[in-house]
Amino acid sequence: MKRRDFVQLAGLGAAGAMMIPSALMGKSISAEALLEPGMDIATKKMMSDVALNTAKSLGATYADARIGRYLNQYVFTREDKVQNVVNTESFGIGIRVIANGTWGFASTNDVSPDGIKKATNQAIAIAKANSKIQTEPVELAPVKGHGEVSWKTPIKKDFKDVPVSEKVDLLLRANAAAMENGASYVTTALFLVNEQKYFASTDGSYIDQDVHRIWPYMNVTAIGDGKFKSRQGLSAPMGMGYEYMDGLASEKIAGPQGTGLNLYRNSYDMVEDAIASAVQAKEMLTAKSVDPGKYDLVLEPNHLGLTIHESVGHPLELDRVLGYEANYAGTSFATLDKWKSGDFNYGSKLVNLVADKTQVGSLGAVGYDDEGVECKKWDLVREGILVNYQAIRDQVHMIDQNESHGCCYSQSWNDVQFQRMPNVSLESGKEKYSVDDMVSDVEKGIYIAGRGSYSIDQQRYNFQFGGTAFFEIKDGKITNQLNDVAYQSNTQEFWNSCSKICDKDDYRLMGSFFDGKGQPSQVSAVSHGSSTTRFDGVNVINTGRTI
Amino acid sequence: MAIYSKEEARQILEKALSFSKAETCEINLSGSESGNIRYARNTVSTAGHRSNQSLVVTSSFGNKTGTATIDEFDDKSLEKVVRRAEELAQLSPENPEFMPPLGPQEYDESKTYSETTAKIKPEFRTQVAANSINPAKAQDVTAAGFLDDSYNFNAMINSNGLFAYNQDTNANFTVTMRTNDGTGSGWATRDVTDVSKLEAAEASKRAIDKALMSRKARAIEPGKYTVILEPSASETLLGNMISSFDARSADEGRSFMSKEGGGTKLGEKIVDERVHIYTDPLNSEVPSAPWNGSGQPLKKMDLIKDGVAKNLFYSRYWAKEKGVEAVPFPSNGIMAGGDASLEDMIKDTKRGILVTRLWYIRTVDPQTLLYTGLTRDGTFFIENGKIAYPIKNFRFNESPIIMLNNLETLGQQERVNGNLIPYMKIRDFTFTSLSDAV
Repeated sequence: MKRRDFVQLAGLGAAGAMMIPSALMGKSISAEALLEPGMDIATKKMMSDVALNTAKSLGATYADARIGRYLNQYVFTREDKVQNVVNTESFGIGIRVIANGTWGFASTNDVSPDGIKKATNQAIAIAKANSKIQTEPVELAPVKGHGEVSWKTPIKKDFKDVPVSEKVDLLLRANAAAMENGASYVTTALFLVNEQKYFASTDGSYIDQDVHRIWPYMNVTAIGDGKFKSRQGLSAPMGMGYEYMDGLASEKIAGPQGTGLNLYRNSYDMVEDAIASAVQAKEMLTAKSVDPGKYDLVLEPNHLGLTIHESVGHPLELDRVLGYEANYAGTSFATLDKWKSGDFNYGSKLVNLVADKTQVGSLGAVGYDDEGVECKKWDLVREGILVNYQAIRDQVHMIDQNESHGCCYSQSWNDVQFQRMPNVSLESGKEKYSVDDMVSDVEKGIYIAGRGSYSIDQQRYNFQFGGTAFFEIKDGKITNQLNDVAYQSNTQEFWNSCSKICDKDDYRLMGSFFDGKGQPSQVSAVSHGSSTTRFDGVNVINTGRTI
Repeated sequence: MAIYSKEEARQILEKALSFSKAETCEINLSGSESGNIRYARNTVSTAGHRSNQSLVVTSSFGNKTGTATIDEFDDKSLEKVVRRAEELAQLSPENPEFMPPLGPQEYDESKTYSETTAKIKPEFRTQVAANSINPAKAQDVTAAGFLDDSYNFNAMINSNGLFAYNQDTNANFTVTMRTNDGTGSGWATRDVTDVSKLEAAEASKRAIDKALMSRKARAIEPGKYTVILEPSASETLLGNMISSFDARSADEGRSFMSKEGGGTKLGEKIVDERVHIYTDPLNSEVPSAPWNGSGQPLKKMDLIKDGVAKNLFYSRYWAKEKGVEAVPFPSNGIMAGGDASLEDMIKDTKRGILVTRLWYIRTVDPQTLLYTGLTRDGTFFIENGKIAYPIKNFRFNESPIIMLNNLETLGQQERVNGNLIPYMKIRDFTFTSLSDAV
């Protein structure tokens, strides 16, 4: 019952309160203060050089410094009330060194020459102390210095320029729309993030980046006959500015005929989704309970993203494969021998899974990672065969490669950077094929939209997923909503049952805003793109119980 | 050093409060010194030390509140942070659920501080790692572990005359041991207030033994089985259940504690009559804070007694709406146990499964409190009173309410994550599929 590492935000959904990692909260400031400029770039360069020069003079063979200003704005409402508006700022420097072949890290919010020297000394002392029991000296893949460069998320509207009252108005309008359409309760929230990150290393890079992310959250509850059902909004967290909230008609995609679903690509209509959520939550109160058995599953991208995240993203993280995460998140079934064989069938021939840190609009997109490597796109699974992992500078030599994949990340200046998941996405089908085409080809199936309950074992074999909305498919037609649906499968079996993927017109991103990993635990944000995809003969269980 | 004594904290807080011009003002001051070491692949991977301090001011005018934070405590900084909180309050939307600060309160003397833990040196952490890695190496096993210790203080003051102060220390240790052939895995956890009682080497040995015992597990059919749950296997399920004892959700009809036709199950028997779950901040095994962040005293209190739901948590606002006393969320949880040792419980089992831990637990249905997750790091079949052989891991789909209705035996208690939980034998625990994970 201890919640040391999390700040609980009460009231967000009947399935339990939402937990926000407390490390992300920072100092409370005013909305206006978010607009104040941070430290200028020349000073950042000078301060970074203090760290790098101190580290070198103390015997470091490598050092990097990250000066970070992390600005967050969170807005929470329920029904007709504003529950909270939170503006936070966190500013400081993290210094990482290699001494005696061992990593050392220290951080401080005292970004002055004295403060930086002290922290650098501490990082060196930790490295030297730990080198006494170090048996695997750090080996870094080479990276060329980039000189002074910068990168910015290509946003159209900076959330910091939009008045809080406008954000509150939008959430309250969505809440009112849900209540007018039969909701018993509704909670909405906006999570808005701006990371202003400056990176410098002894390799000769000085990289200034301005990263933006947004997540509109909604949970609508309907109550009737002693039951309650909740329907989450179908937004995706995005690497975009506030323009994501514009609700552009051109970015809307209709769900399959008979579902009444509205789906969203790069623009979200929250009020429209609130109405649909209320109507569907009410319908769910009397929807049919699923008959357990084998079904062909038609999985919508906002749902499939989480399955990709858990069954492809995590098992192909090289630190898990190698055992560095054994005591927490676990290891991986995708062992090096399977990869080396060159013929491990991760999925069917249709399955192409790519890692990409450059995709526009995605949560993981940056110009350079948190150890100064320029970001790129690479294959993980090509035509069903496992071809690569996700690795950073101190890992790639273990898979006989000499170039980092550029997926090193830290949640703040205060935490050490390590390997994190890039965006991992499923490529669309090559032939023209719509969602309605797909439904009409299914005899006995279930269409699942949105994210729900998720759980997978520590080596990523066995998983169980729920969803937000479930529709039965009979003889090529959507017939009715279903309740109590969860599917269970094994990763390799599941991806080998992939039999059809819709074309690129159906492609869109879903995302995970607070993905946890590491000890002490850190969060990161990552997107997963796909088009609607069919999986044949998957085991569906009925989760209805009586207490 | 980020830790202030009671008098130092009082001085800073009184000074800050003296700057307040708001109708009400509440100020929290906290500090923490924490250190950690992480190891994997039988070698250290990362280690760190953190020092944090923070002062949080909440000012209010009517039911408009503003909060501001600072980590510098000179007079000028204190005045600045108080002014900023007041400005934010003036600009904020009305909060119809605002509650004014409490008046002065009486608190119990806490048992949450240990000087030994407060004085941990980095060498101590390195030694814990070495004591875990060396025996692993000797038995062809690979160790991965994490030790995290902290020394903290919390203090608060408000414009209605309340002052509170507490210090606490904690150390948490977890270790996973995997056999080098990849077929066996064992795990253990220890958490203590006083680090001289940590027994990390003993935990490492237990994890190594489990790893060796769990090699070459057999697959058995999923289904309903009698299980013996170690305390770390049931702790999350019980914690999730207690976290859901929220009166407002129950009154609103969206909780497993809601009753059909309105009202709640408060006062009703919901689980086996032997179940007694309570909180007690003064328990010497699991001492916890005697007050919470808004200054409410935390006292010994029953949550479930004789199988009956005795208390739901009422926020101060909801208590006022309902005309009842506020019931704060507890700072620890204790489930009463029995005398049986784990050995006794195994001896008494004809056919069952011993579960070391349950992992990746997620809500499936909040209406029935149904959770899913998997066994991990040591799952064994029991036959005729003995551990017969290791078995492959299972996925479960189960509700703690159903689980506590199917209670067979209560065993001895162990501390897990700041809570005191007994070994439990449960019949008809629902496993729904097999996992190949080791």
